[in-house]
Amino acid sequence: MKVLVAVKRVVDYNVKVRPKSDGSDVDLANVKMSINPFCEIAVEEAVRLKEKGVATEIVAVTVGPQQAQEQLRTALALGADRAILVLTDTAMEPLGIAKCLKAVCDTESPDIILMGKQAIDGDNNQTGQMLGALMGIGQATFASELTVDGNTASVTREVDGGLQTLSLSLPVLVTSDLRLNEPRYASLPNIMKAKKKPLESTSPDELGVDIARRVTQVSVELPAERQAGIKVEDVTHLIDKLKNEAKVIS
Amino acid sequence: MSVLIIAEHDNESLNSATLNSVTAANVIGGDIHILVAGHNCASVAEQAAKVAGVSKVLNADSSAYEHALAENVGLLISDIGSSYSHILATSTTNAKNIMPRAAALLDVQAISDISAVIDSETFKRPIYAGNVIATVKSSDSIKVITVRGTAFDGAPDSGGSAAIETVSSAHDAEKSNFVSEEMAKSDRPELTAAEIVISGGRGMGSGENFELLNGIADKLGAAIGASRAAVDAGFVPNDMQVGQTGKIVAPDLYVAVGISGAIQHLAGMKDSKVIVAINKDEEAPIFSVADYGLVADLFVALPEFEEAL
Repeated sequence: MKVLVAVKRVVDYNVKVRPKSDGSDVDLANVKMSINPFCEIAVEEAVRLKEKGVATEIVAVTVGPQQAQEQLRTALALGADRAILVLTDTAMEPLGIAKCLKAVCDTESPDIILMGKQAIDGDNNQTGQMLGALMGIGQATFASELTVDGNTASVTREVDGGLQTLSLSLPVLVTSDLRLNEPRYASLPNIMKAKKKPLESTSPDELGVDIARRVTQVSVELPAERQAGIKVEDVTHLIDKLKNEAKVIS
Repeated sequence: MSVLIIAEHDNESLNSATLNSVTAANVIGGDIHILVAGHNCASVAEQAAKVAGVSKVLNADSSAYEHALAENVGLLISDIGSSYSHILATSTTNAKNIMPRAAALLDVQAISDISAVIDSETFKRPIYAGNVIATVKSSDSIKVITVRGTAFDGAPDSGGSAAIETVSSAHDAEKSNFVSEEMAKSDRPELTAAEIVISGGRGMGSGENFELLNGIADKLGAAIGASRAAVDAGFVPNDMQVGQTGKIVAPDLYVAVGISGAIQHLAGMKDSKVIVAINKDEEAPIFSVADYGLVADLFVALPEFEEAL
């Protein structure tokens, strides 16, 4: 059984980004880049499927610039077998990425496609659902548990108010939520080994995908800053302020 | 222009989250229709018809739509949505699940979680965990949009008298099956709809200690939330999580207890009208957004707080 896991290169989650001075975009010069945290969870889940004997091969894919090879190497170090870079310097949007991934899947024919529920840069939470639609396969987003039995996947999903469990026939698309697993750290020997694993490169052009943007970014700005208020001495003062000054409790 | 809003509901009643999208649709302009896709959901359609400003309700009633499976509802939306200029839904987990799928079927780039409408094709939305607000402009002929509920007040749920039209097409993609659901049972208000929210963080120390929040929540009629750190530590379930990767809330009063104030938590609550922080670390970043900060040991302060209410 083949698992395809899609990953994205994003600004590291510890970096607080700021707009450029002209407000045209965020300033990404010299900031640390990492694999998107939700994608890392997806890779871990793929590796666990292989360790359980469910998956036999894990293919990691990304759509991005040459430097995104680093994130593919991270996925390889965590346990992916080979990697595919869909090389482009265009700032991609979810629909274009989903179309590129669809083209890769048409060749690779994975049984399970795993990806993060959202990337922490654009916060779109769309690519998985779009890929599911383009491929015409079932989707289980925001997964907190995945089990595969024969040709059927059972997925527990994080939904408003609780959990929902779906049963889907393969091939299936699953997007990871936070509690799906806790990703391991890549060991040094595995990082070294990852350098020798196969990594092939293609492009949206070669895949025959139109990646023209539909939504353009006009400008970016900082959100309205919230001013710090006051410190109160004790609970009595706090309740007095809430009742008589803020008037939010009675 | 005409706007189709996808109703959020449980087949019995219309979720008030839907009303936030109606307000956003009013800003966009044009006729407003609501699609109620579900099973045995006529009562939802009737409630939707009463929402002020809505001119038509489309009711698609089929067992295929009972559990809002994305494959089925996505097909329905792409089928009937193609005659609209805008398709909106408030950013619930259902909407996040379904709307991008429908958008891809319509071959349009969806716009997630808008916080403001500039004009019919230009919108603001938070990116990078809310650290930056982007203004984006869509060139697609149909705009598929999810709406950040806390950014738009709810439209009045009465005063309207829309016609209800039955949609007979039942799309069953037969790609997924609903097995079960486990919903947290609570007499407390829902997190995203509560006027007061009290949340605990890693400082709570354990799941049992969250009971310290119960008495206060009962007295205030508040919902109880948690930071991602508290969820990651296994204290409480994920559906209590407030933050960029959890629920976005903007109540009248938000009380953060034992929460340091990581960026991703602030992204989920900083639009609250009044913020209170209780933390023993006076350097905690949460104090920089709090209207009222109390530097105190929460295990002392919480019982006092409950007692004093």
